[in-house]
Amino acid sequence: MNAPTHFNPLARTLHWTMAAMIVAMLFVGVAMVASISQREWLIALHRPLGIAILLLALLRLGNRLRHAPPPLPADLPRWQALAAHASHWLLYALMLAMPLLGWAMLSAGGFPVQMTPALQLPPIAPRDPLLYAGLRSAHGWLAYALFAIVLAHLSAALLHAWVRRDGVFPSMARGARRPATEETPLE
Amino acid sequence: MSAFHSRLRRAWPLAAIAAIAAALAGAFAWTAGWVGGPRLTAQRFTDAIEAGNGKAYPGFRRAHAKGVCVTGRFTGSGDGAALTRAGMLAPGATTPVLGRLSIAGGDPHAPDATARVRSMALLLTGTDGQQWRMAMNNFPFFAVNTPQGFYDQAMASRPDPATGKPDPAKMAELLRKHPEIAKFQQWAKTAPWPDSWANTQFNSVNAFRFTDAAGNVRSVRWSMRPRLAFAAMEKSLREDAEADYLADDLRARLADGPLRWDLVLTVAEPGDAVDDPSQAWPSNRRQVVAGTLELDATQAQAGGACRDVNYDPTVLPDGIAPSDDPVLAARAGVYSQSYNRREREIARDQAPEATVQGDTR
Repeated sequence: MNAPTHFNPLARTLHWTMAAMIVAMLFVGVAMVASISQREWLIALHRPLGIAILLLALLRLGNRLRHAPPPLPADLPRWQALAAHASHWLLYALMLAMPLLGWAMLSAGGFPVQMTPALQLPPIAPRDPLLYAGLRSAHGWLAYALFAIVLAHLSAALLHAWVRRDGVFPSMARGARRPATEETPLE
Repeated sequence: MSAFHSRLRRAWPLAAIAAIAAALAGAFAWTAGWVGGPRLTAQRFTDAIEAGNGKAYPGFRRAHAKGVCVTGRFTGSGDGAALTRAGMLAPGATTPVLGRLSIAGGDPHAPDATARVRSMALLLTGTDGQQWRMAMNNFPFFAVNTPQGFYDQAMASRPDPATGKPDPAKMAELLRKHPEIAKFQQWAKTAPWPDSWANTQFNSVNAFRFTDAAGNVRSVRWSMRPRLAFAAMEKSLREDAEADYLADDLRARLADGPLRWDLVLTVAEPGDAVDDPSQAWPSNRRQVVAGTLELDATQAQAGGACRDVNYDPTVLPDGIAPSDDPVLAARAGVYSQSYNRREREIARDQAPEATVQGDTR
């Protein structure tokens, strides 16, 4: 079987949907912590959006493990290939860890994990102030780390698109062109 | 093509990528309040309160630092069920309460009896996990009607290092910018002081949206009205009272039996100031006695369960929601900052006084 040249359609859909959700989530997060006027709706958005990201990240991880992604260009310097793989797995880890940390943090602080006014999730951590303090710090610092990795990921993607022009960007941006059959004249 | 041109052709995309990354990072920093001028953020607000305290009291609430934990229960009368579908106000529903009685100010060792502002905070946890957190005060209306007013008040009331008292010029400027404060100052000067937490009425001050089973929404303020008759305490008695007078009084009263307050809901009529906590509503508004709070035990906050509760008044059960009152929204943001700071200090073992065990006062 030939190696794929593009990510499969589910991977691409999840990638771009989650890109928008995660960037929005990071901005909502810092905005709600700082704001003294917009906190209520931001926090009401932050919690269900986080759980949605968690569910999509699980789906995406399953898809990724079943469908090998297209290989990186053979001429890519070794350190760049290593950085690409490391950042991808870090992104997966943070996509899964951030919602779980937030959920556990609210649980440890004794706050209801509210999805809608009537629907709440059960706690996943014991009520414990020391645990709360640790989880709250971790949630904040890992959010900054996630934002930094997202920026690096975006910059690297644009480097592939505009400088190297090596097919890495199109492998996520669009599907594989149909093989030659499309260009075969009708018989 | 010259080498220069080829280099230029490669440089443009790099510059564009750098510009995109920098723009995103800048937008993030602006959203977080790190750049773009001194916007009033929850962090700056909390910093101002800390500065007003004169010194740091690690592990303690930044405001209303001195208080005691109380426990008991709330029992719904059923009359509140006409205003909200919240299960805690259903007839006969009994909900455990973890509360806190406190005095205003940032000093956890301030003398109790000389504190003008006194507070009751409650956490009601329903059987379905729903929570109703309240943070009530003995004043009938708030001093200011915007977060900026609250911030300006905190800044202006900081003691002048030279005199140890707030600068009168700054206080006059504050009054000019936020004239509604005059009404509060009048209350502080003239209203009689209760001699106990137990005979004090505590008010939600901010309005909330109550939604009934049919989906009707009404603006409501509430009060905890003491069953004990009000008893005033004269200035000379207050000045002579022990530093922990209120806590001692509370313990003595609880030794004789539980203390009770009625939860009184007041319903707004069209035209009432539902988003302005500095304005009282006319006294003839419809009132509903929705249930009874019964407190039967107290513990020092250092070893008590209330220490690690953020009494964020916007954590509410289904059927009760915050109003658009900007002061209410600001309280939630600042309480969260205060909570995160003190819990971090406690976790890092930087708060020996707040964590002392075995202090049974």
